Amino acid sequence: MTWILFILFSVVATGGAVGVVTGRNPVASLLFMVATLASVAGIYVLLEAHFLAAVQVIVYAGAIMVLFLFVIMLLNLGHDYQADVKYGLWFLLAFVVAGLTAGALTMGFSDAEATGFGDVAAGEAIDAAVLEKGAVGAIADPLFTDYVVAFELTGLLLLVAVVAAVALAKPRNRRGTDAG
Amino acid sequence: MLVEHALLLSALLFVIGSLGVVVRRNAIIVFLCIELQLNAVNLAFTAISRHVGIEGQVFVFFVMTVAAAEAAVGLAVIISIFRHYGTVGVDKFNLLKW
Amino acid sequence: MFLVESTLRSALAPSSALASALPAAAPQEAAHWEPFLPGLVVLLPLLGFVANGFLALRAARRSSAAVRAGKEWSPIAGSVRPRTHTLPTWIGPGVMAAAFGLAAINFATAWGAHLAEPVIAGPYWTWIATETLRIDAALQLDALSLAMTMVVTGVGFLIHVFSVGYMKDDPGYPRYFAYLNLFVFFMLVLVLGSGYGTMFVGWEGVGLCSYLLIGYWFSDVKKSDAGKKAFIVNRIGDFGFLLAIFLIFQGFGTLDFMPVSAGAAGEFAYGGTMVTAITLLLLLGAVGKSAQVPLHVWLPDAMAGPTPVSALIHAATMVTAGVYMVVRSSALYALAPTSQAVVAGIGVLTAFVAATIAFKQNDIKKVLAYSTVSQLGFMFLAAGVGAYTAAVFHLVTHAFFKALLFLGAGAVIHAMHHAVEHGDEPPAGHGHMDPQDMRNMGGLRKHMPVTWAVMGVATLAIAGIWPFAGFFSKDEIIWYAGAWAGAESNPFGGLYVAYWVLALVTALLTAFYMARLMVMTFHGANRTGPAASHLHEAPRVMIVPLVVLAVLSVLGGWLNVPEALHQTALGLFGAVPAEGLHHWLAPVVHAAEEIQAGAIGEASKSAPIGGGELAWALVSTLAAAAVVIATFRVLGRRSYATAAADPGPQTALGRFLHGKWYFDEAYERTVVQPVLAASRWCWKVVDTRVIDGFVNFTGSFTRVAGWVASVFQTGQVNMYAFVLALGVLLVLGAAVLLP
Repeated sequence: MTWILFILFSVVATGGAVGVVTGRNPVASLLFMVATLASVAGIYVLLEAHFLAAVQVIVYAGAIMVLFLFVIMLLNLGHDYQADVKYGLWFLLAFVVAGLTAGALTMGFSDAEATGFGDVAAGEAIDAAVLEKGAVGAIADPLFTDYVVAFELTGLLLLVAVVAAVALAKPRNRRGTDAG
Repeated sequence: MLVEHALLLSALLFVIGSLGVVVRRNAIIVFLCIELQLNAVNLAFTAISRHVGIEGQVFVFFVMTVAAAEAAVGLAVIISIFRHYGTVGVDKFNLLKW
Repeated sequence: MFLVESTLRSALAPSSALASALPAAAPQEAAHWEPFLPGLVVLLPLLGFVANGFLALRAARRSSAAVRAGKEWSPIAGSVRPRTHTLPTWIGPGVMAAAFGLAAINFATAWGAHLAEPVIAGPYWTWIATETLRIDAALQLDALSLAMTMVVTGVGFLIHVFSVGYMKDDPGYPRYFAYLNLFVFFMLVLVLGSGYGTMFVGWEGVGLCSYLLIGYWFSDVKKSDAGKKAFIVNRIGDFGFLLAIFLIFQGFGTLDFMPVSAGAAGEFAYGGTMVTAITLLLLLGAVGKSAQVPLHVWLPDAMAGPTPVSALIHAATMVTAGVYMVVRSSALYALAPTSQAVVAGIGVLTAFVAATIAFKQNDIKKVLAYSTVSQLGFMFLAAGVGAYTAAVFHLVTHAFFKALLFLGAGAVIHAMHHAVEHGDEPPAGHGHMDPQDMRNMGGLRKHMPVTWAVMGVATLAIAGIWPFAGFFSKDEIIWYAGAWAGAESNPFGGLYVAYWVLALVTALLTAFYMARLMVMTFHGANRTGPAASHLHEAPRVMIVPLVVLAVLSVLGGWLNVPEALHQTALGLFGAVPAEGLHHWLAPVVHAAEEIQAGAIGEASKSAPIGGGELAWALVSTLAAAAVVIATFRVLGRRSYATAAADPGPQTALGRFLHGKWYFDEAYERTVVQPVLAASRWCWKVVDTRVIDGFVNFTGSFTRVAGWVASVFQTGQVNMYAFVLALGVLLVLGAAVLLP
């Protein structure tokens, strides 16, 4: 059952990704992207990362993708059907590099696989933590203890990003200075 | 076994994402492809957390935060560019040089 | 020949009562003696240097302050000299007098104690201390160093006094005395140092002072060039000396004279490669310092310095450092018969070549310079034939009469200079008259009778005429060369016979060129022109040292009357002790003489073509006298053209000799020009093409690389992303593929 689901999700994710890259319509690409994200969320579930799967769907597929959609609609790009893929030599070059990167990554993973990833019991430990504290508690525990500084900094980062986004996206007035 | 295959899938997604970044002209699509790459990395982290512990998932959490921040700022930049050039084609502007 | 000798011998009654009174004749009598403030002997000239140097700096500061203020100020302009120019008169000769006094006290003490063993004063401090090498700043007082100290301080003192008169009107008066004092300090370090390390310090120091004093009038580019030439040529020798020091250290593990001298025979095999290498390298140093062929070219040019400097440094003391060094290393040389043959060969060749060059020189100082080179050659000959005492003996007498000759020449130049300066009009058709050119002199005897007299004494002394000093010292050298040639098992016997003949000839040449100098300078008609009326005798402060040196030139020979001459008329029938210097120096050269006696055997008792020492002495003095008289008769009748009118030598030989055997030209072609060409090549090719080329290449490479990189810097985000991906690929590939 797991394997069937995994293959299904993998196929959808890969297909979605290809669609994102090749889709002419930005909105279509965006929808392909949502499919990919959803499939990856499914794989998260298969990997027993339920909380992440939920966040993936809510934040990524929900919020961020909607943001993208807003922008596309705002800029009125939804009807832009012009082909903007650089084909030819450039594509070939990029394809070769991408292929080689894929090969290198695969080799790297199989190397790591051969030498072992470390603690094999880590998975069971996670499962035990989930049983004990719940899916959220298992990930919240290290987040609010060991990584609390980084966590607070991400809050700051988000604040800065929001301020920056507002400042950048705000229309300028005719005098050329920033609108107060 | 699932972990290893998830890793391979993440590699595949990453490569497709980077291919998209290189070959697409539309800034929004380029952005989407970057998100795709980030997502591929997230998948790798999650998969590997089965072997290294819960920290892998914590990292995914951080990456998502950064991705959200990046999307906000990036899209604002795209809007700004569009206002200036009237297009989001990345080949239409070449200010990013000395 | 033998007949003459036996007749002379029969004319006296043998008595050797005086011999027992000689020092060191019986080493068992030798007592320990305490040196009296030996450090002060060395320190005093240094203090003089500091004081005079301070005054020189003050004078220089004052004169530059005047220049800045836009005023004219010369220390010698006013009738009253500033204190910076009066104090050196007392400081310079004063420290020398004190040093000489101390040296004399030590010498007398040592003499009274029948000095046999060297006394080490100090070590005052340790100069270099490593695990294996230790060089102490210590003085070694023994027969040789004390004798040298006496010469350096004694002759040095007289020359300092002479300088007071000679340099009186020079603006750099305190600087001059500072340099001169510094020179004496280094010279004393050289002769008193207890090892090769300290000796090398003095060796380099006197070279430095020589350079400073040759280029004393540094605003004249020719003179400063002469200083550079001396310095550079000396470097060649120093290089050899330094290598020799390294080898000595390798062999003995120490650089002190005493262990080297005592352990030489045990350390090295007779005629071994190592000892031959050491001695030949030492010889290279000596050849540079003592201006022997082929490194003699700097000494004639060194005459650019003030004349008292020529007397002190380039005649009496510094140039004899090479001889001193060979004698100091006699134990090593005795072990290397090949080196000895080379030393003697270079010496006699130098003596001959320099003497012939002196024939055709017209500059009075040049003649004396070549004469010095020639006499130094005799000293090397002596050292090469194992007659170390004779070498030191000639060194001492030469210091007397050559200093006298130079100072006499200085007095003449002083007079000529004043005459030219105060002459009402320049000599006919000529703007400038060279005050050193003998062709402009002539008949000076009338104007400068005392100078003439003392120069005459010195000429007779250097010509080797009895009873003057040079007779005994030079004769002993020639005799030893012959006797050495006839030694039982001398490996180079035939060679030494040739040396002996050449030395004999050179002795007669010496008599000739010195007589020529006297004739051209003091006799015949005066050629100075209208300025002649201003010629005058030198002031008393210059005359007194001349007279003292003249007395020494007469009496110096009695220091070491040969045994064979001792009881004869030539030896004043035993009125003076025989072989005085030989006995005195015996402890120093003892080791060498023992080795030589063992290896080569007894020296012959007769010259290579027969005849004893007495007979040859008679022959040589009579021959020299005959040459002098003949020269006076032949050249005295000749009339000379002035320098302006002289067309130069007419014959090929004359031109060859006048051109100094074309040594300078040969060096110009074989060394200077190739070096210049190589330097030019280094400049044009290595520097401009290779080095600058490399620098320019890095520049243009960076530009090209930048241009290439700028092609990628399109501002296109896709391009950047691609390059980024490429970079990722490279890093990943490296991580995966590399072990």
